[in-house]
Amino acid sequence: MRQLTTIAMDGTVFAAILFLISVGLTLVFGVLRILNVAHGGLYAFGAFTATTLAMRLLDLGANPYFTYLMLLVAPVIVGVIAGPLIERVFLQRVYGRAEAIQLLLTFSIFLILDDLIKLIWGTKPLFVSAPYTLLGEFSLSGIRYSWYQVVLIAVAILFGGALVWAVRGTRIGKIAVSVINDREISQAIGINVNRVYMGSFTLGAFCAALGGALIAPTIAVAPGFAVDATVLAFAVIAIGGMGNLEGAALGALIVGLLRAMAVHLFPEADLVVIYLAMIVVLVIRPQGLFGQVELRRI
Amino acid sequence: MEAKRLPLAPAVGGAALLLVVPFILPDWMKFIVTLAMAKFVAVLAVALFLRANLVTFGHAMFYAVGAYAVGFSVKWFRIDDMVVLLLLGALLGAGAAALIGLVMARYREVFFAMLNLAFSMMLYGVLLKLYWLTGGTDGLGVGRPTFLGYAPPREYLRDFLYYTTLGVAGIVIYVVHRFLASPLGFYLRALADNEIRIEYSGESVRRVLYVTYIVAGALGAVAGVLTAFTVGHIVPEYSFWIQSGDFVFVALLGGYGSVVGPLIGSIAFEFIRTYASKYFPNEWQMTLGIIMLAIILFRPGGLWAIYEALAARVGRRPSEGRRA
Repeated sequence: MRQLTTIAMDGTVFAAILFLISVGLTLVFGVLRILNVAHGGLYAFGAFTATTLAMRLLDLGANPYFTYLMLLVAPVIVGVIAGPLIERVFLQRVYGRAEAIQLLLTFSIFLILDDLIKLIWGTKPLFVSAPYTLLGEFSLSGIRYSWYQVVLIAVAILFGGALVWAVRGTRIGKIAVSVINDREISQAIGINVNRVYMGSFTLGAFCAALGGALIAPTIAVAPGFAVDATVLAFAVIAIGGMGNLEGAALGALIVGLLRAMAVHLFPEADLVVIYLAMIVVLVIRPQGLFGQVELRRI
Repeated sequence: MEAKRLPLAPAVGGAALLLVVPFILPDWMKFIVTLAMAKFVAVLAVALFLRANLVTFGHAMFYAVGAYAVGFSVKWFRIDDMVVLLLLGALLGAGAAALIGLVMARYREVFFAMLNLAFSMMLYGVLLKLYWLTGGTDGLGVGRPTFLGYAPPREYLRDFLYYTTLGVAGIVIYVVHRFLASPLGFYLRALADNEIRIEYSGESVRRVLYVTYIVAGALGAVAGVLTAFTVGHIVPEYSFWIQSGDFVFVALLGGYGSVVGPLIGSIAFEFIRTYASKYFPNEWQMTLGIIMLAIILFRPGGLWAIYEALAARVGRRPSEGRRA
């Protein structure tokens, strides 16, 4: 019973972070039709920026509660700078070119981001625990958890809800949906498609960085965790269905819980289990759980 | 479509150069060129997919299959013959690819790339965690190979390895050239343009991809066998995504439109890496990324296209002069 609660709790917390990252990836894929391999790099950038800002703030002697603000400011900075930069300077040049070329382009951006992090922040792990410890702990069937973990879950649910509302209920969201469905017709009826592309990519980058910033207080931030993020996020959206928001939520929950189960029950197999889950889902339902079958174009 | 001939003059010149390399280059460079030619075999496999507009971020898994085939054979069965293990490796690589290919032949685009990644990272995880079998991160030593039962003295081992690798690379170039000139090879290229028309013409797309996958798997494993003996040590990183990424990078650098391009790319890559890791070890990946970006945006054909453009310019001038 005790182990079950731990698995459920750990799994849900992990799923919350995974959801934030994957929803960004699925959004970018939905609109741009490009799998952004550099997504994990943006996630890492979010984590590093948030940690540095929070550390600076504490060094200056500010109220530690302000670190929460930094966790939100950092992803905005990363999103607003990296989003338009990557989309306008690089991605924009390969729209309509071969799929392989698009993948390789984002892969090279990923490689650059990965080393940029080492150049800027060095290779020593950074640690800022103030946001994690400030909220205190509670105990559940004898095991202590931080309230911060509950906050993470709440943020993920709220953010997901807001995103679904933004896409389905607002004018901007409807414009985005029309671009997703048909780029040319959208352009013909007067939608600025380029702006939608840039906006979606920026929002996607923000989601990745937000995931990174929020997980930063719970771990030691060190280079090299960007790849796992890309692969896991891909596994999540592949399971849920590429370009589908609800799919990202379900996929994140599946992957999060599986990972927690593996970590607690067979620690040798933690990564293998996730890849296996992805392969099984794709073999049975190639379009993912929520995805639609795509017609082949002639 | 006109089948491309292998350009004769540069091919003969290059082959002659590679034949005399052991006499003119110091030992460490010989080692680098051997390594480059070994990895070239795997790069050629990745280039096959790129022709069909498919990227794989996981081809290193077959590379690891070949390498660990050597590791286990040496450790358990005391088989350390290069030729036997090359054949065994190719067979195991093809076998593994025949299994995984059953799944993979159904996928294209990002799914193909990421599913390959998933399979290779699973293998990596297994190799890492089963340390009682694989030595974990410490890896396995493979010792010195014999060549059809003959054990060359230590001072000539490097040369034996060099010429074996060169020979295998030559055979592979020929085989892949023939494969690409076969109907299946043409269908593979057509895969990038239009799948449905392939099926209209009576060929099964899945079969084209499946056969290619098996060929590519065998090539990857052969590269793994050659590398294992050249380096003398194997680690789980053989199956890591960075290795797969390197293969893709080299194919792009050399130019996947030709069979020789990847060879040039491979040799250039190993030398760039040797110097880069010496002078700026922390910016190595970034260097790769920037070069790759530059190629994608400005020279999609890679080094080979640059060479061809130069050769065309040099070759055109005299004939135009004559005509005028």
